Amino acid sequence: MSRIAHRFQELAQEGRTALIPYVVAGDPGQSFTVPLMHRLVESGADILELGVPFSDPMAEGPVIQLAHERALASGTTLAAVLEMVREFRATDSETPVLLMGYANPVMHMGYTEFADAAAAAGLDGLLTVDIPPEEVDGINAELQRVHMDNIFLVAPTTPDERIGRIAARASGFIYYVSLKGVTGAGHLDTAQVSSRVAAIRQHSALPVAVGFGIKDAASARAVAETADGVVVGSALVHAMADVIEKGGDPAAAIEAAAGLLGDIRTGIDSAA
Amino acid sequence: MSISTKQDAFATVPDAQGRFGEYGGKFVSETLMAALAELEEVYRELSADARFQRELDDDLTHYVGRPSPLYEASRWSDNIGGARIFLKREDLNHTGAHKVNNTIGQALLAKHMGKKRVIAETGAGQHGVATATIAARLGLECHVFMGEEDIRRQALNVYRMKLLGAEVISVTSGSRTLKDAMNEAMRDWVTNVDDTFYIIGTVAGPHPYPLLVRDFQCVIGREARAQSLAQAGRLPDALVACVGGGSNAIGLFHPFLNDEAVAMYGVEAGGHGLSSGQHAAPLNAGTPGVLHGNRTYLMQDSDGQIMHTHSISAGLDYPGVGPEHAWLKDTGRVKYVVANDDEALRAFHTLTRIEGIMPALESSHALAYAEKLAAGMTPQQMIVVNLSGRGDKDIHTVAQLDGIEF
Repeated sequence: MSRIAHRFQELAQEGRTALIPYVVAGDPGQSFTVPLMHRLVESGADILELGVPFSDPMAEGPVIQLAHERALASGTTLAAVLEMVREFRATDSETPVLLMGYANPVMHMGYTEFADAAAAAGLDGLLTVDIPPEEVDGINAELQRVHMDNIFLVAPTTPDERIGRIAARASGFIYYVSLKGVTGAGHLDTAQVSSRVAAIRQHSALPVAVGFGIKDAASARAVAETADGVVVGSALVHAMADVIEKGGDPAAAIEAAAGLLGDIRTGIDSAA
Repeated sequence: MSISTKQDAFATVPDAQGRFGEYGGKFVSETLMAALAELEEVYRELSADARFQRELDDDLTHYVGRPSPLYEASRWSDNIGGARIFLKREDLNHTGAHKVNNTIGQALLAKHMGKKRVIAETGAGQHGVATATIAARLGLECHVFMGEEDIRRQALNVYRMKLLGAEVISVTSGSRTLKDAMNEAMRDWVTNVDDTFYIIGTVAGPHPYPLLVRDFQCVIGREARAQSLAQAGRLPDALVACVGGGSNAIGLFHPFLNDEAVAMYGVEAGGHGLSSGQHAAPLNAGTPGVLHGNRTYLMQDSDGQIMHTHSISAGLDYPGVGPEHAWLKDTGRVKYVVANDDEALRAFHTLTRIEGIMPALESSHALAYAEKLAAGMTPQQMIVVNLSGRGDKDIHTVAQLDGIEF
């Protein structure tokens, strides 16, 4: 059983919802990321999601776009991100780590080379925003070869009959995009999320995590009522960037993220 | 038999997945997949609908002013002393470039789909102007995304769009040029997918855009082929067109693909020269990858990050190229070459002074290569160059290079 599947199983037995923070690897500097990952785990993260910086992050809102730009400015490559995972893994062998990114850097490294390097680093899953099921066969074969989960998005616009086709190729969990828009948008409709999560469950036994537009304890708690996992990205990235912008040091930025994540953890755990 | 086999090869791309060989496809986030499927379905129905085709043809005739002339540039040809050069005068279209052939087609699709709002990306501003124009004509709300850097370079077109009632949105992310405008348009489309139609300006983007933009631009090549036969009594020996995203080139080339004797040259922006690294020539100096929904040749670094490009012409300043061109390059049917900034600028001045036609800096790249090509041919031979747009929008750029400020 994969580390991701195992973690969801443990949480289900405890009746808890997975908290999945997203940060961009290498933002604002490469040495910042591994200490941040450990601190997020201490603050209640169950699974870590690292954004792989890309020059053209089409699905991201302004907050995460800027994080991608800062990470690239600090020289963060896909190989460097895998090195961060390896370093994290040296002292944490339990917390699942997945990468979220865009097709081109992975394709440029080569699917086979990526799968080998990622497995060696101790990575557990990959979510490629711009590789839908229609384009996935090449990379899926390589990920399966090294027993790595391939996480797929389901959107508010995904027709019901398509959910089954996505689920057939997915493993680990299904990531439901809670709104039509980019990351960090502000129009989350929790009633709609609830009915769509139910629709996904008709087609798949995989856990369902929900992301895009969850920014605080209250919205996380509302989503946790129906989802198996809650992804929080822009709010964390913004909290850190805000500290740095006001002249704070990286340690203070890490603490800001840890504090926010701790609040969200409390919110989720108070869900029915 | 061999001819029919070859014809089949050109007719079978893209396939049902939108692939041109190993290029093309639909590399977009899940939120857009349903919208692309709907567009594909509507386009399949309407492209076979005689009433839709009549509506389109009617607009092309009476609103755009088609057919555009095929003009023999005999004074220029004589000066060069080689092949006869004919210019396909897309610069004479309403709005001054080939872009309108496509925006009319897509706006009619939008109207049939009941969309009230259209969005577009633009580099030089020609596609933005063509979109704003047809939006005014059909009463659609129009938002145009344009890089901050291009807004500075193309102030005249920005004002034209505003006069036409469009809102121009300045894009300040990334390199602040065409590719970033396209990212931002995609982000808007994801957010407003229910009521918005995205009018992509070139033969790139996810399937079915490379297919439908090609179909709408093929009017250029169909006319040029018939005009060549009528005016010169023969098909040309060579076709030349500039390639940024590649819509004017595919529009000219595609109807000739089965005419084996017709050579084709796509001219990319060589910028300061290929060896300088400052250019926009992915087919000549790039490698395959995925950007903006399709797999194609890209300007990218060793980590797969998209590189900044440079061209004197904003309309060619793009790190990718339409996937059909990537396929045509690999099959060898079309040869892709470059013209540098200085060569394009020289051709701009030459055509203006010798023929009294001021070409767009984009089209000037094609003219620059055609001049070299013609010089090595005979007066019994014939070249058709796509004069894809007029140069009024570039007067500021050219004047600045001459040290003149208005």
